[in-house]
Amino acid sequence: MTATTEAAPLESEGHEETPGHGHLTSTGLSNEKLAMWVFLGSECLLFGGLVSTYLLYRNRVPASQGPKVSDIFDIPFTSVSSFVLLMSSLTMVLAVAAIRRGDEHRTRTWLVTTALLGATFIAGQIYEFTVFFREGLGFTTNLGGSAFYGLTGFHGVHVSLGIVMLLSLFALSARGKLGPERAETVDIIGLYWHFVDVVWIVIFTVIYLIPI
Amino acid sequence: MAITEERALESGIDALVHPDDEIGVWKRPDSNRGWTSWLTTVDHKRIGIMYGAVALFFFVIGGIEALVIRTQLAGPEQDLISGQVYNQFFTMHATTMVFLFVMPILAGFANYMVPLMIGARDVAFPRLNALGFWIFFFGGLFLYSSFFLGGMADCGWFCYAPNSLKQFSSGHGVDFWVLGLQITGIASLSGAINLIVTTINMRAPGMTMMKMPIFVWMSLVAQVLLLFAMPVITVALFLLMFDRLFDANFFNVAAGADPLLWQHLFWIFGHPEVYILVLPAMGIVSEILPTFSRKPLFGYPFVVFSGIAIGFMGWGVWAHHMFASGLGPIGVSAFAASTMFIAVPTGVKIFNWLGTIWRGNIRFDTPMLFALAFVGMFVIGGLSGVTHSIAPADTQQTDTYYIVAHFHYVLFGGSIMGIFGGLYYWWPKMFGRQLDEGLGKVHFWINLIGFNLTFGPMHILGLQGMPRRTQTYAEGMGWDVWNLMSTIGSYLIAVALLVFIYNIWRTYKRAVPAAADPWDGRTLEWSIPSPPPIHNFDVEPTVEHLDQWFHDKYEETLDGKIVKRDPAPTLLAEPQQHSDEGEPIWPSSVHMPSPSYWPMVVAAGLPMISFGLIFHLAISFVGVTVVLAGIYGWSLEPSAEERH
Amino acid sequence: MTSPQPPRVRPSRVRFGVLVVGLGLLLAACAENAPQDTLEPEGPISRQIDDLVTPIFWVAIVIGLAVLAAILYASWAFRRSRQGEDYIPPQIHGNTRLEIGWTIAPAVLLAVIAVPTVSTILDLADRPADAMDVTVYGAQWWWEYEYPSTSTRGPVVTANELHIPIDQPVHLTMTSRDVIHSYWVPKLAGKKDVVPGRWHTLTIQADEPGEYFGQCVEFCGASHANMRLRVIAHTPDEFEDWLDHNAADRTAPPAGSLEATGEDLITAKGCTTCHVLRGVSTADQIEALRGRLIRVDGDPTPFAPDLTHVGSRGTFAGSLFDLNIGELKAWLRNPPERKDGSLMPNLNLTEDEIDALANYLLSLD
Repeated sequence: MTATTEAAPLESEGHEETPGHGHLTSTGLSNEKLAMWVFLGSECLLFGGLVSTYLLYRNRVPASQGPKVSDIFDIPFTSVSSFVLLMSSLTMVLAVAAIRRGDEHRTRTWLVTTALLGATFIAGQIYEFTVFFREGLGFTTNLGGSAFYGLTGFHGVHVSLGIVMLLSLFALSARGKLGPERAETVDIIGLYWHFVDVVWIVIFTVIYLIPI
Repeated sequence: MAITEERALESGIDALVHPDDEIGVWKRPDSNRGWTSWLTTVDHKRIGIMYGAVALFFFVIGGIEALVIRTQLAGPEQDLISGQVYNQFFTMHATTMVFLFVMPILAGFANYMVPLMIGARDVAFPRLNALGFWIFFFGGLFLYSSFFLGGMADCGWFCYAPNSLKQFSSGHGVDFWVLGLQITGIASLSGAINLIVTTINMRAPGMTMMKMPIFVWMSLVAQVLLLFAMPVITVALFLLMFDRLFDANFFNVAAGADPLLWQHLFWIFGHPEVYILVLPAMGIVSEILPTFSRKPLFGYPFVVFSGIAIGFMGWGVWAHHMFASGLGPIGVSAFAASTMFIAVPTGVKIFNWLGTIWRGNIRFDTPMLFALAFVGMFVIGGLSGVTHSIAPADTQQTDTYYIVAHFHYVLFGGSIMGIFGGLYYWWPKMFGRQLDEGLGKVHFWINLIGFNLTFGPMHILGLQGMPRRTQTYAEGMGWDVWNLMSTIGSYLIAVALLVFIYNIWRTYKRAVPAAADPWDGRTLEWSIPSPPPIHNFDVEPTVEHLDQWFHDKYEETLDGKIVKRDPAPTLLAEPQQHSDEGEPIWPSSVHMPSPSYWPMVVAAGLPMISFGLIFHLAISFVGVTVVLAGIYGWSLEPSAEERH
Repeated sequence: MTSPQPPRVRPSRVRFGVLVVGLGLLLAACAENAPQDTLEPEGPISRQIDDLVTPIFWVAIVIGLAVLAAILYASWAFRRSRQGEDYIPPQIHGNTRLEIGWTIAPAVLLAVIAVPTVSTILDLADRPADAMDVTVYGAQWWWEYEYPSTSTRGPVVTANELHIPIDQPVHLTMTSRDVIHSYWVPKLAGKKDVVPGRWHTLTIQADEPGEYFGQCVEFCGASHANMRLRVIAHTPDEFEDWLDHNAADRTAPPAGSLEATGEDLITAKGCTTCHVLRGVSTADQIEALRGRLIRVDGDPTPFAPDLTHVGSRGTFAGSLFDLNIGELKAWLRNPPERKDGSLMPNLNLTEDEIDALANYLLSLD
């Protein structure tokens, strides 16, 4: 038997498909959305630990052991790729708005654009990493290298997983399975995406902008 | 049979998927019968029982490790085992007790009881719940596989750098430890998300936060602590893993690294961790004391807020584990002060427990004995903890047996006594049989005496200068008699545990069923049969008061006496009904999640990834594929199938 | 459902447990031979710590006994066998004034305790003006001490036994050569971790001449339990004599003696690759050994004790063994077998070689 697809409006948020309940959640937020917020809370501590490690180590590199990150980074380049990632948050918002009003075509457009912008950012990261490596800073070269690649690498993995999720949503939408009653799903992925973006703002500030 | 197709699956991912989409090679399990149904269950009660059973198994292993340690230390200059082997034993004893016993069994209690206590059918994400269990199970097995694959970790449960680096720990033991904890950490984190959402979002109508049972509150605080503490140790473990496996420099002193980074990261996790270990047990005690005193918990709001305060303040005291580590006097002073003040909310709880039993009508069934012992033993441990906060004194106490005494008083005399109390208390609810009272009392007394005999003398040993983590000690140090006493005590603890295991077996053999409410309890889990039907409640409870079930049973007369209501309230569910095939059935209005094997599949991939990182990367690729396939299959499967 | 009568023996049993612990604590104070006893300070610093914590211990014991007594009393006074199975007491939910009281009172008590605590922390962190300086190096699994040179005398390097003058603060500046260790001589001071890549300080002081026991107290690997130490306090004159004697090169063995054979073996067997023996080691060897700060991954040469005056020490191998002919020979036969994980390898010496070496080392006073 097919599941019904009658459009349920936004009140679907907070009506839990929890076993047997079928009524409002205590907070009005759906379980899934609350779970994403809770998860993102823990992610703050994860990146907090990595940022702290970077802050501790970036200037402790002995001179004989290779370049510091601040010796070889290219702020203009990274600024552009940061801008790209910021724009992807905008397109994500547009994707959520599109699905809310039932425009499935536009939803796919914005989802794919977000994914592409994210992929561009990742490409920029990879390019930057190869430049650094050629300039003598690898993961194992020195303290700063380990801390830098550790922090940005974790972030890059998070972005990549986000891209995978966005493309999965695109695929579902292409098969007609992502109607407006599913707006919250896109919203929740959007939360994750915005978080990853905010983390990048912190990373960018800490690594590139704060003077040594 | 049409059940739910009329009702649009309202939110969540479910309507995305159609049964035809499922990619599983095997048909989705649909049975709740037989031993294989345990492998695919998503029922919070069964998952709770599995957590408890596996945890108790690891408790025995950790206990054997303790006996080996104590036997070696019974006299001076013994060499029953070498230093290297001894170091593995104390490392694994602590790692097992913390990560493979106390944390999972408290997760098991929370899993079983929280939905019942808040009037819910299950947790928010039943398959995620199953995933957590299977990850824990495979993670524990992975950790212990090191015993057969080159030796277990021998760096201590805290595994300080740089001793943990390959340069100083060249075998695979530390790698197994790092990866094993990463795996079980995922289980803890997923469980925390699940329980937090469940507690916040799925309470019965009328149950505000301040009408939740105290155990639910303490579990909630512990889960929030887990949520924020696990990522910090995750970072520390990744950094160590990168150094060991990929030659990174995070703890490489020659490259300028600071070994104290590991200590800070570990203890920022480690201190909230000890509250994770004790708060739920405090919650259990806070349920038992009122029930067996026939009085409500004294100062419920204050107990709640002191729990929250401990949760918050616990983040500000971590460096009291580092008073001798070279923090500098300002740092030491700050943490000494913060550590002193965390004694205040803890004291509030103890006084409120005393207030609960004061002028009560106390009955000394086994759960109550354990709960009272908790209060007494925890006070001793807490006070020795306050003496540690006097930082200059701690420079004499830290790294000695005085500390070993302190944390065993709070974790064994505290958490584990609370756990045993909870087991005796909720055993009838979970299994429909009551553990034998006579044997329970024997277990309790041998345990209490053995425990004090083991750990009491350790206070003296520490103050007389015996360091921790030493496989032997010289003659003529004045330590011989106390060590011998401690060893004898440890064997008594083992005897007590054997009594407990015998009790379980005896109870399993007997056929005497337990009532729904054998203790005249106060909270909702006692308002349904023992054991509960699979769907928990026939009718969703409506809550107006704290201790709602007690209010349903008793009322206050005009002259202030408390009397039973007449008629007594009916239970909120019928005992489990079964179909002709023996499958449990539930009312047609109730929508239950279906079993699934994907959680086990995903969980199985994680040890594969870890083995691959240690031995051969190809295995890791297989593991990644298994995990990805599992996640993909899971996402294409609706959380509930229609019943036919 | 009835339950059996609660056993009447219960309160006294718990009291018994408490008594055992209490008695034990009392006995501890009377323990005769406890060379690392923190409750018997023998210097002003450890005494300052003891003076701070002793009254707090007693307060804690009183509070603990009071709470235990309350539990026992309540268990006895409000038991169901006395009040009846059906009695349901008034459902008292709390008492706000009590709550405030038992929140504020402990907080005040702790605040009172905090003041002398912080002042002691700050006091002990200062380097006393009249302190004597020694550098301490921790390594797996022994201790090295370096006394700075003066205008009249070169530096003194020795191992495991720290010699100090009485009645003078001794300021230790410490670092590790490998993993984290911790320096602790309980009767003289609290402990301080010894960390690679960092310099930590610790002040100790002894009142009387004598030998004070200690050991490494931060888990540092296979032989952590075997990494011990002694602090030997002298009168100021004796201490100066000791310094002068130890600044000199080794006592040369008589030509043709067994000890001379031993000295030849020191070079022949490669001992000076790892050990400094002033009078035998070449300048290059000393430079190579003493110029390193930490043990880098891949460096095959462990740090090893200076042997110049080893015969004058009472213990060796991280103060694990008494220094006598029997123990020395046993060690030379197979060091890893005597001490878990020992970084000194088995040199497969013959008994004659062992005999010569042991006698030689004993002669290096």
